[in-house]
Amino acid sequence: MPELKFEKGKMVPVPSHSIIPERDLGHAPVLECSHLGVDFGGLRAVNDFNFTIGRTEIAGLIGPNGAGKTTVFNLLTKVYTPTRGTILLNGMDTHGKTTVQINKMGIARTFQNIRLFSNLSVEDNVKIGLHNQKKYSALEGILRLPSYWKKEKEAHERAMELLSIFNMEYMANWRAGNLPYGAQRRLEIVRALATDPCLLLLDEPAAGMNPAETAELMENIVKIRDKFQIAVLLIEHDMKLVMGICEGICVLNFGEVIAKGTAEDIRSNPTVVEAYLGKKGAQAC
Amino acid sequence: MKRLIIRKKSRKNFLTYGIVVAAYVALMAVMAAGAMPSAIQGLLVPMCAYIIAAVSLNLTVGVLGELSLGHAGFMSVGAFTGCTAAMALANSGMPSWGRMAAAVVVGSLLAAAAGALVGVPVLRLQGDYLAIVTLAFGEIIKTVVTNLYIGIDPQGLHFGFLKPDIGLGKGGKMIVNGPNGISGIEKISTLTAGFLIILLCLVVIFNLVDSRSGRAIMALRDNRIAAESVGINATKYKLMAFVLSAAMAGAAGALYALSQNTVTASKFDFNTSILILVFVVLGGLGNMLGSIVAATVLYILPETWLRQFSDYRMLIYAVVLIGMMLVTNSQKVRTLLGKLLPQKKTKEKEGQGDA
Amino acid sequence: MVFLSFVNNLINGISLGSVYAIIALGYTMVYGIAKMLNFAHGDIIMVGAYMCFFACTGFGLPPVLGILTAILVCTVLGILIEQLAYKPLRQVTSLAVLITAIGVSYFLQNAAQLMWTSNPRIFPALFGNGGIQLGGELTIPYKTLVTICACVVIMVGLILFTGKTRTGKAMRACSEDKDAAQLMGINVNATISLTFAIGSALAAVAGVLLCSAYPKLIPTTGSMPGIKAFTAAVFGGIGSIPGAFLGGILLGIIEIFSSAYLSTELANAIVFLVLIVILLVKPTGLLGKKIREKV
Repeated sequence: MPELKFEKGKMVPVPSHSIIPERDLGHAPVLECSHLGVDFGGLRAVNDFNFTIGRTEIAGLIGPNGAGKTTVFNLLTKVYTPTRGTILLNGMDTHGKTTVQINKMGIARTFQNIRLFSNLSVEDNVKIGLHNQKKYSALEGILRLPSYWKKEKEAHERAMELLSIFNMEYMANWRAGNLPYGAQRRLEIVRALATDPCLLLLDEPAAGMNPAETAELMENIVKIRDKFQIAVLLIEHDMKLVMGICEGICVLNFGEVIAKGTAEDIRSNPTVVEAYLGKKGAQAC
Repeated sequence: MKRLIIRKKSRKNFLTYGIVVAAYVALMAVMAAGAMPSAIQGLLVPMCAYIIAAVSLNLTVGVLGELSLGHAGFMSVGAFTGCTAAMALANSGMPSWGRMAAAVVVGSLLAAAAGALVGVPVLRLQGDYLAIVTLAFGEIIKTVVTNLYIGIDPQGLHFGFLKPDIGLGKGGKMIVNGPNGISGIEKISTLTAGFLIILLCLVVIFNLVDSRSGRAIMALRDNRIAAESVGINATKYKLMAFVLSAAMAGAAGALYALSQNTVTASKFDFNTSILILVFVVLGGLGNMLGSIVAATVLYILPETWLRQFSDYRMLIYAVVLIGMMLVTNSQKVRTLLGKLLPQKKTKEKEGQGDA
Repeated sequence: MVFLSFVNNLINGISLGSVYAIIALGYTMVYGIAKMLNFAHGDIIMVGAYMCFFACTGFGLPPVLGILTAILVCTVLGILIEQLAYKPLRQVTSLAVLITAIGVSYFLQNAAQLMWTSNPRIFPALFGNGGIQLGGELTIPYKTLVTICACVVIMVGLILFTGKTRTGKAMRACSEDKDAAQLMGINVNATISLTFAIGSALAAVAGVLLCSAYPKLIPTTGSMPGIKAFTAAVFGGIGSIPGAFLGGILLGIIEIFSSAYLSTELANAIVFLVLIVILLVKPTGLLGKKIREKV
């Protein structure tokens, strides 16, 4: 991996310590969150979340269990409606948008607890991801008009191409629910990529993988970023993965951002160490 | 056992078409030879109607994955509007097949409209709450039709609700007569028409399932949140499946009504909805051929073979129903049965959800 | 006069609602623990009513013994049905269990028809024909009083039972998570059977009270009240005991008032329409817990 130098993002309208890779500085950031927050009842699940992601950045979101990381994903994809704050996607406000519209605007995601269409084949799962890419109407499908054959052929070819990222073409006819665990996680990424996103959210992509699989995944995430020229935001507990590929890292604890910076910054940040290990543990270090 | 590899569906689809066509040819041959018992002959068109109803409900329950307990309501809408259309056209000089076709088209269009009306609020709910609301709508449709009065005179159609006096002019004739329903129906639906509609429904469902929209519907069934995250509009596709299913049920209703002397709203009550659901569940969710076989067997059985048990007929039907559910679903019962009948192997049921 | 008829209708509504509430309580408990729509519940009501009828008119037993007979028979019947028909299906889809429940319902109805024919029986006035005079022309019949009191007692009893006793807590644990409950040493099978027993006993009581108010007894007597009580349970939030009570009472009042003031023919439709409106505003019923799917 090339050595990257980080600077403060210039286009961020709110005070932020976010870092954007140098190569992305000339472009508008893909995502800008300012003062984002959500309350569940009396609980402030996420509060004052400010974060910016560059156009082709791989960013990480880490924090202890229950810190609100997945909640941030759910806010970005509008599974939950934010109580406060704004989310700008490619400079456009996402206020009032639905999950479906957010996906059409360019955010795709995977899920912590895998959510595949488990009764369908692997290929169909990817084709469902291509839903808004290879369009034809229900009537054209029922009547089997030429547009159906054309688009289905395109969808098939595209699905195979996407599956080839993870060398999964041979699994195309397998039932998704019967795939091995790691393959299910990879299929979720392929499905998300099929929606042609500009920002890919990965929720614990390496969970349950062995070190060899994790290393391969790391390579693949970088490969995906380079190939599709998209930004990636990932939640992960595997520090090797996070420190290895993430250019900007944000640390959450109890719904608040406690640190932001490069892998180096985070590693040496006492607050972060304390959040993970507790006061005593931090002193012992 | 869920199959590891999902084979192309086209083969099974063609098998289904083939069986339906073969059944039609066989029935026609038997009838041409005059060997068909008259008791069965009268059951054939209603049987087609129930097959269509079962296949269409399978679209909602098996493919869309939402439990509907009010499917008979849509049949009712189709039956009454279709029948009204056919009777309104009685003096138009149209051939009987034309009037039948008109009835089926009108019936399915209005049932589709009812489906849209019901679907918009209902499909926002989930699980058993959705089921109970479909039940409620089924009952509401039944009550509305029970209190509906439609008549025709040279001025055209007259409608009344709750009151039989709808101001018919000279030469007027009541068509729908409140709780008494429609009587004196000209039996114009034919077995050929029934089979054609079955085939049409199968083509629509099979082609839909194996297309972009069908995949979207099944994606919603398997995981709504994931489906929305890849940009699938849940309301649109749920409604599409629901309305299509209602339209087919409407066609079934029209076909059924035109094979009877009289139809009343109480014919399409909760029990009928349940009856159709039984066909679907026994035939296998998402398995259209299964629905066809289950509807055929379970419709014909109580009317023919079970007749010999006279009063015990429905009791045996109930026992058969419970037994079938236990045998097909419980491993324990199957092993027990295997011990009792060492020669007969109980066949493994096809995996569910292979639409 | 207008006021008098209003009060009368209200009392009738609460009375009918109490019957619905008792049935709905049984529905809710069974649903809460077995996660199944027990469509045979309505037919257990019918069996209970027949049992009481035969005990009181055939054997000349006093009403109390008649009711006890009904409770006993229905409890045994409920456990039997659970063991034979539902227990083997504990691991499979709820749809399969639903169809089995429908099969059981058909079975009970047709068995009743064979044994007791479809000729209507006139249920005896177990609680006498008198009532309490409340000044002027307003009387509350004893049967109404008994119905309402029974309903309140049953609801309070169930709340105390599920909230305070060990068995009740086990029941709640099973309805939350059967596997976890089993790991905590709770006998899940016994708990489910007990729930069915309680539900069926409640159905027996409801059957007797229903037929005291509407004395025509036929093998399908229980079907419609069963469906309506199920509606009531959903109305109040299925799985919730106070919800079933509230839903039942409201449903009864709505039904009586719509047939008194709007239209007898449309009463059922109005009941269902109100249900739909309520569910659209509150998708999990009046007192149902909002379940948020974890993403």
